[in-house]
Amino acid sequence: MEKMIYLKNVVTLQLNEKNCSGCGICMVVCPHAVFSMNNGRVRIANRDACMECGACAMNCPTDALTVQAGVGCAAAVINTALGRDGACCCVVETPGDSENIRGKICC
Amino acid sequence: MNQPFIIGSVHTTTGDIPKISSDLRWPDHWGSIKARWGVGRMHYTVDPGLYALGAPGDRSPVLVTANYKMSFDRLREALPERNAWILVLDTNGINVWCAAGKGTFGTDELVRRIEFSQLNRVVSHTELILPQLAGPGVAAHKVKKRSGFKAIYGPIRAADLPAFLDAGLKATPGMRRKTFPVRERAVLIPIELVSVLKWSLVILPSFFLLGGLGAPSGFWHGAMNDGLFAVLNLLGALVAGAVLTPILLPWIPGRAFSQKGLVMGLITTLFITLFGAFNLNIRQDYMNILAWFFLAPALSAYLAMNFTGASTYTSLSGVKKEMRWAVPLEIVGGVAGLTLWVGSRFVS
Repeated sequence: MEKMIYLKNVVTLQLNEKNCSGCGICMVVCPHAVFSMNNGRVRIANRDACMECGACAMNCPTDALTVQAGVGCAAAVINTALGRDGACCCVVETPGDSENIRGKICC
Repeated sequence: MNQPFIIGSVHTTTGDIPKISSDLRWPDHWGSIKARWGVGRMHYTVDPGLYALGAPGDRSPVLVTANYKMSFDRLREALPERNAWILVLDTNGINVWCAAGKGTFGTDELVRRIEFSQLNRVVSHTELILPQLAGPGVAAHKVKKRSGFKAIYGPIRAADLPAFLDAGLKATPGMRRKTFPVRERAVLIPIELVSVLKWSLVILPSFFLLGGLGAPSGFWHGAMNDGLFAVLNLLGALVAGAVLTPILLPWIPGRAFSQKGLVMGLITTLFITLFGAFNLNIRQDYMNILAWFFLAPALSAYLAMNFTGASTYTSLSGVKKEMRWAVPLEIVGGVAGLTLWVGSRFVS
């Protein structure tokens, strides 16, 4: 399987090693194997593979990880910039609001 | 709600719980196909709540999923001959990963659904198996604190669940990696095409007819040659951006999706120009030909850029960075191409 990496040096993922307890839950939830374990401490081994989904920060019990989580979807960025809500992936339709469902489809 | 996948019920201390089959029937497959093409996709739901797969007892595992019918089907079809409880969260009919990103597949909904379904009275253990991709929405440690249930992250793909369960709830590294193989990329193409269908129905006939306007050789001759050439180029851009780029994604040079789309757009334009030069009576002026080397790649770059949302590895920071140069370039390319094309109508 070819390895897919998006743009380099853009990701907002931050690890505060002082807070890390080494529980490893971030390694469990990360879908792109961004982390590795070193002597009972987690480190960011593959930063550019991060897609900022936010799973690691959400599940870190000691708040050692921060990331500006979001969906990497151009249509969502455009919709947000144009002030349209709904946007992209995971559009939730509300009754009588057919404009939202038309949105770009991610996922 | 009409839920034909329910095949009976299982009696528990909390009442009867609907029993479901792991067999998918043709309405299930047909439903998946329709959803892939955007038909009824936003209403393709399952009632939230607890379901019994097979004949589960109080020690059977509890698997959590979203109430998007396709997510639900992937889960149950992965577990033939197994007994398990399936807890379906209300995610407004959105799949697990997207719903987790939006927070609807989240800690609050999970805790609420555990209480509603009186799960603590149905099972004698306190473990839940969540899809790994629920991670962006669920904080496992908070679920434990608030509900008493321990949320265990299972594999990304439902198909790996039997191996995960048999290994004593252990996932291999491969089960934890989200890949994006060609098959997964290909099934996302229809929805990309459907999203541009409405525009195509207006734009394609317009260019065809405009190709005939003011043609020195007569309207139909113009439409059938320059108009057709325009339509072919636009279709080429569509195929380059929304079909070829997704399929060939890892092999096209560049990391930014717009760049990949641009490359594919230039290639298809080149082929269509050669085809037009030999098979159509197009006007041989440079403006008419050059126009499509701006317009078509700009369009395919834009379409490819939109595929970031469907991909499984693009970050929001990356997409924003890409868009800062790609969107202006796409607009400039589009306007330049259009100006050249319209201009060429007046030069004879």
